[in-house]
Amino acid sequence: MAALGYGRRPMAAPPNAGRTLDESTSKNLLAEYGVPIAAERVVPDADGAVAAARELGGRVVVKLCGDAIAHKTERGLVRLGLEGDEPVAAAAAELLALARPEDGEVEVLVAEMVSGSRELIAGLHRDPQFGATVMLGVGGILAEAVRDVAFRMVPLDDVDAEEMIDDLATQRLLGEFRGEPAVDRAALVAVVRGLARLAEDRPDISSVDINPLIVVDGAPVAVDALVELSAEETT
Amino acid sequence: MSAHHLRPEHFQALFDPRGVVVAGAATHPGKFGFVSLHNILASGYEGKVAGTNLRGETVLGIETVPSIDDLPDGEYDLVFVCTPASANPDLLRSAAAKGIKAAFITSAGYGEAGPEGEAAQAELIALGAELDLLLAGPNGQGVVSTPSKLCAQIVAPYPPAGGIGIASQSGNFVSSFQNWAVWSGIGVSRAVSAGNAAMVTVADYLDHYADDPETKVGLAYVESIVDGRAFADRARSITERMPLVVVKGGATEGGAAAAASHTGALAADDGVFDGVCRQIGVTRAANVEEAYEAAATFATQPLPTGPRTVVMTTAGGWGVVTADAITSSDLELLELPEDLLAAVDEHLPPRWSRNNPVDLAGGETRDTIPTVLELIASHDEVDAIVYLGLGIQSNQARLMREGHFYPDHGLERIVAYHERQDARFAEAAAEISDRTGKPILTATELSVADPANAGPAAVRESGRLCYGSANRAVTALEHLWRHSRWRQRRGLPV
Repeated sequence: MAALGYGRRPMAAPPNAGRTLDESTSKNLLAEYGVPIAAERVVPDADGAVAAARELGGRVVVKLCGDAIAHKTERGLVRLGLEGDEPVAAAAAELLALARPEDGEVEVLVAEMVSGSRELIAGLHRDPQFGATVMLGVGGILAEAVRDVAFRMVPLDDVDAEEMIDDLATQRLLGEFRGEPAVDRAALVAVVRGLARLAEDRPDISSVDINPLIVVDGAPVAVDALVELSAEETT
Repeated sequence: MSAHHLRPEHFQALFDPRGVVVAGAATHPGKFGFVSLHNILASGYEGKVAGTNLRGETVLGIETVPSIDDLPDGEYDLVFVCTPASANPDLLRSAAAKGIKAAFITSAGYGEAGPEGEAAQAELIALGAELDLLLAGPNGQGVVSTPSKLCAQIVAPYPPAGGIGIASQSGNFVSSFQNWAVWSGIGVSRAVSAGNAAMVTVADYLDHYADDPETKVGLAYVESIVDGRAFADRARSITERMPLVVVKGGATEGGAAAAASHTGALAADDGVFDGVCRQIGVTRAANVEEAYEAAATFATQPLPTGPRTVVMTTAGGWGVVTADAITSSDLELLELPEDLLAAVDEHLPPRWSRNNPVDLAGGETRDTIPTVLELIASHDEVDAIVYLGLGIQSNQARLMREGHFYPDHGLERIVAYHERQDARFAEAAAEISDRTGKPILTATELSVADPANAGPAAVRESGRLCYGSANRAVTALEHLWRHSRWRQRRGLPV
C-alpha cells in the first residue's frame, strides 16, 4: 500500500533539494500559523517516552524524529496506538536502535493518538510558473494515486480557500461520514490561509507537506508534517 | 504589456486600418502574397489596398509598386508582410516612414528557427519598437476584424461578424474557431494568430479586446506560458472586464521534477493551472469545440444569476439524460415549485411529467411550447432553461417534402405548418430569454445532422447557438454559471 501511494516520491532527497525540518519543528512552525496539531513531546530516550506518554494520557504514537528523517513510514519508524509504560518504552528503544549514522542527531517524538476515518492533505508548493501556491486535497498514503487536490496561488482570500474545498471531487468525504460530523470548513480555510501566510512570510521555505491532516470529530488535525527549506537559502 | 510603446492606436491600426499594404504580393495563386491579397479583396474590405512586388506586376487587379517608398504618405495603417525575413528590416523602415503603425508578419525564419532566427527576431522587435510599430507575429497566419471586413490572413475562413475575440498561439486553432463560427453563425469580432508572439502576446490581444466595444468574450488557445504569474495577473484584469475562455495545450512544465514533497508531485500535472484559472475567473475548456461553444454562449446568452435549471422537453428520454448531466454539474435541477406546477397544469394534459424535466408528453397544441416556456422563464426560482425537442416535426416535414406524395394529400400544408411552428418556437426561446434576462439554450442533434431544418435554422437566425446535444448545452451553461458565481462572490457586477 505504502509503495503504491508513495511510488512517485524519491526515497532519497534529490541533489538540489534543501534541508528539511524535523517533524516536531515543522509542526511547531505550522502551529504558529494556525494549523491544529495533536499534543506531543520530544524526548531523548525510552524513559522520557514513558513519562511523556503518561503525561499525554490515553493511546500514543511514538516516532523517530530528526532533521534528516523525511520518510518515516517507508522506514518503519512509526509505532501507532501504544498504551502503557512497557509498550512505549519498548517502541522508543527499538526506534532509537533503527537510527542510521546519516540520520544525525535523533530524538523520540511521543504524540497523542488521534483518529478519524478521513485523511486530508495540505501543502505549499513553489511552482516554477505560478510562484507560491497552496494545495488542499484527499490525503493519506494514497494521496498521489487518488490525485483529488486543488491548488491556488498565494495570496488568496477566504473565498478562494472556500472554493478549493468545493473543487474537491470527493465531496462526500467532507459531509457527515461514518458517524462523524461534517468537516469544519472554517477550520480548513484557516489551514489553507495559514499556509499562504507562511509562504509569504518565509521565502526560504520551498515546500510544506501536511499529510495526513486527519479529520477528528470534524476538525482537521495535522498528524505528520514536513517543511523543506530551499537549497539557496540554507547553503 | 510585453512591449511598452504600444498604445490603443497601434491596435486600431492592426484591426481597423484605413488602408492595407500587402508586402510581397505574388501572382502565383499558391503563395501567401497572393492568398492574403485575395482574402482581403474577396471579403469586402472597404479601405485602400496596395501591394508591393519587385517587378511591379498587377495582382488581382491591384497595380503593385516595387517598394513601399513608392506609395503615398499617411494612407495606410497596416502592412501585411509576406516577404522573406532578410527583406523585412528595410521594409519596416519604409513602412514607418509612410505613417504605417502596425505590421502583421507571416515570414518564417525567426524565433522558431534556431539561434540565428532568434537573433533576427530580437533585432526585428527592437527595430519595431524604435520605429513605434506594432509587430504581430512573426510566423503567424494573419488577422481578421469583421467590423472592418478585414480578412488579412493566409488561410480560410472569413467568419461571420459577432462578439467573439480570438487570440491564439497556434494559427490553425484560429481557423478551427472560425470554422465553428461559420457552422454556428455565432461570429467573431477580431481574430489574430499570435505566431511567435515576439512583441505582442496572446494576453496583449485579449487585454485590448476587453476594452473593445465590438468584443463580448475572449477566446484563446495557449501552449507555452513563459511567465505564469504575469499571465495570471493580466488574465485577472481581463476577466473582470469580459469573460475569457481558454483552452491550453501541453502540460505545464517543471512542476515536480525536483520535488521531494507530495505537494510538489501532485503539482506535476496541470492541477496548478486549473486552480489558477478558477482563482482568476478564466473559463477553462477541455477542448476546442467546448471552448468555442462556451465563448459562443457567453456572446449570445445572458449570464445566469443562479444555478437552478429547468429542462423542457417534448420527449422523455432526452430529458432524463439532460437531468443526469445537470445533476453531475455545478448546476442544480430545480424541483418545480407548486405555483409553477399549477400554472403549467392549465396548459397540459394530466399525463405530463409534473416534474423537472418538464416533459410535455406529446400534449402540445399550437401555442403550448411558447406558453409553457414563458411560464417557466418568468418564475423567480428559475435561473436557466434547456429546451429539447425543437425540429422533430420539421424533420418529418422534410421526409414528406422529399417523398413522392408531396405536395398532395394535404402534405404541402402540414409541411409548411410544421416548419412555421419550429421557427416560432426558436424565435420564442430567444425572445423570452431576452425579455426575462435568463439563458434559454436549445439543443438538438439536428443542428449538426440537418442544419437546414427549420428549427435549428431559426435558432441560428435568432443569433443563438443551437447546441448539438443536451450535454453540450449543459456544459456551456455550467461554464456561464461558474463565471457568474465567480463574479458574484467577488462583488463584481453580473
